[in-house]
Amino acid sequence: MDILVAQQINKRFEKHQALTDINIAIPEGSIYGLLGPNGAGKTTFIRIINQILGQDSGTIHLSGELLNPKHIKMIGYLPEERGLYKKMKVGEQAIYLAMLKGLSRSDAFSQLKQWFEKFEIGNWWDRKVEELSKGMQQKVQFIVTILHKPKLLIFDEPFSGFDPINANLLKSEIINLRNEGATIIFSTHNMSSVEEICDRIALINQSKVILEGKVSDIKNNHRTNLYQIEFQPKSTTFENTFPENFKIIGRKETLMGQQLTIRIDKEQNTTELLEYVMNHARLLQFQEVVPSMNDIFIKTVNNSSNRNKNGQN
Amino acid sequence: MDKIRLIIAREYLTRVKKKSFLIMTILGPILMAALMIAPIYISTISSEEKTVGIVDESGFFTAGFEDTKAVKFKTLNLEIDDAKKNYNQLGVDLILYIPQPSYTFPHHIILFSTKQPGMNVESYIRNSINNDLRQLRLKKEGIAPDIIEKIKSSIEVNTVKLKEDGTEEEQMAARDLILGLVAGIAIYFFIFMYGAMVMRGVIEEKTNRIIEVLVSSVKPFQLMMGKIVGVALVGLTQFLLWVVLTLTLVMGAQFAFKDQLAELQTDNIQNVSQTMGANNPTEMTFENSAAIEALDAISTINFPVIIGGFLFYFLFGYLLYSALFAAVGSAVDNETDTQQFMLPLTVPLILSIMLAQNIASDPDGPLSFWLSTIPFTSPIAMMIRIPFGVPVWQLALSMFLVILGFIAATWFAAKIYRTGILMYGKKPTYKEIWKWFRH
Repeated sequence: MDILVAQQINKRFEKHQALTDINIAIPEGSIYGLLGPNGAGKTTFIRIINQILGQDSGTIHLSGELLNPKHIKMIGYLPEERGLYKKMKVGEQAIYLAMLKGLSRSDAFSQLKQWFEKFEIGNWWDRKVEELSKGMQQKVQFIVTILHKPKLLIFDEPFSGFDPINANLLKSEIINLRNEGATIIFSTHNMSSVEEICDRIALINQSKVILEGKVSDIKNNHRTNLYQIEFQPKSTTFENTFPENFKIIGRKETLMGQQLTIRIDKEQNTTELLEYVMNHARLLQFQEVVPSMNDIFIKTVNNSSNRNKNGQN
Repeated sequence: MDKIRLIIAREYLTRVKKKSFLIMTILGPILMAALMIAPIYISTISSEEKTVGIVDESGFFTAGFEDTKAVKFKTLNLEIDDAKKNYNQLGVDLILYIPQPSYTFPHHIILFSTKQPGMNVESYIRNSINNDLRQLRLKKEGIAPDIIEKIKSSIEVNTVKLKEDGTEEEQMAARDLILGLVAGIAIYFFIFMYGAMVMRGVIEEKTNRIIEVLVSSVKPFQLMMGKIVGVALVGLTQFLLWVVLTLTLVMGAQFAFKDQLAELQTDNIQNVSQTMGANNPTEMTFENSAAIEALDAISTINFPVIIGGFLFYFLFGYLLYSALFAAVGSAVDNETDTQQFMLPLTVPLILSIMLAQNIASDPDGPLSFWLSTIPFTSPIAMMIRIPFGVPVWQLALSMFLVILGFIAATWFAAKIYRTGILMYGKKPTYKEIWKWFRH
């Protein structure tokens, strides 16, 4: 079942079209990545889900209901532009923000205490926010976002500004939350994090969704049939007798020996290649060159931008 | 509604708990007292004693000048040219030169001085000469000195307002003027002080980047209204504390100096009875009559109306302006960028203060009416008029319009605020802000 269904969402600011006919369905209990370059419209879409902005046309359903103010309690949102009141005490502020989400003071207090202990910032409860390090402030922001146990969590560029240790902590907490049943929307242009944790993605560029689907499917569709082999040749004539139907498109000296990048046609299998290498060299490594999400991202964005440009000309 | 209450509570408590609030609360009454005492003190130090040397070629006046506290006279038996040459050795501050008259009486008189003589000295000399000349002329016409003495008069005019229900109310223009000006200026300061507080609060939330976290939980309008109401409560609390503190100070002083006060009172009574016993009651000493008048003036102030009016116009003037201040805060990223947008807000406020004198000198005139009716100027202008008495319908109209103005300003500001808080970077132009409003 889909927790969030957006249909034909359009949004325009003055001279700038922010979203064009956005259709996105987010399955319950998934981690959904919203990808796209800066200014693509990700934040606008997220703000519409949070009812900070209104769409010009289209509908959004949350848990089968048309989006309405009651849903605010169901959503936890960590914006890209996030901060805290500097002069306010940490605990007091966390309670205030939790109460704004609808928690009672006593609930907020007891739950916050637990989370503060878990994230090892319990001693900072009575300190002012400005005394905290940036990492600690981010922990506080994260706790406040998830405290009211929202069914839908939205993180806009969550890892920006996090050090690697905190980023890992955050990652594992996000996966925990998903395992406990929450759905997570994730906006980022940091592709490595997408590969690690996202189940599905939508790639937004220039206000449109240009790619959508399961991460594994997308990667499959973008296979390039490139393989890398690393080996120590037994004779200097290794390449001379190389089977002609394998195209060598790159070569590199490595610490241990040589590395070749080879293109294989779809019909061929890798057995013939491996046999040849095993006969003529000592095989060190053999792997398929799988495009990273980063490559797919750049390729797709460039393609669609070019198409748009050509279309305009 | 619960959320607005939470916001109000936070805005109120964080400000009231600040050290600066405590300091202002304690310093406020002291500063106000200082503000009242300072002009009196300054006037005493500026009126140092001046010595005027007289060179009278006409021979009419040398006997006619009476020494006062501030001005002492000294006849110089010198030619004017010698007097001017020896100015520094003579030990006088000014030289009054009365030349030989070409006709019967001198009419062209010169005051020589290295420094500005000051208005007080000049006008004293002028009055004194005019007085003497008048007497001289009267004498010359053959009028006996005792008649001249008799026609001297000292009249005071009291204005009494006839009210519609037939009762009479004594008007005290000076008292009403001071009261109106003080109340008007206080409102001016309060609007600026607390309006700027709202604006800074909005900018703080923007620069802290907490705003988006907040508006994902509450509506921008709730956030804005919560802030405005929270700061209003801070203002009222401060005002209340000032009143309490001032009263405590005054009562404390009365208690501490009660012996001296009692002495002073018996003195006064004695003086009064003495003057009553004297055959000429108008010769009552000036200080005594002033003291009695002041007491009388204060006891007849219509405190409920003035304090009620003050609270009303403070509250709604503040509400109207603070909504606009909030809009300005939402449009910019930092305080230095506010200047341009503050200007249209400060102009009506400064205008009403600049025209305060005109309002007070003709409280029922058309200028006063319009300024006290238009919501942007009425909080200050009406406050200046209230002590003089304002027709009920005008007061009602002004109050109605200022409430309406507040609602309109809030509606207008909310639309700008809603968009402005999410805008970072370039300072917007008026045109862009207008688009936000239209959006």
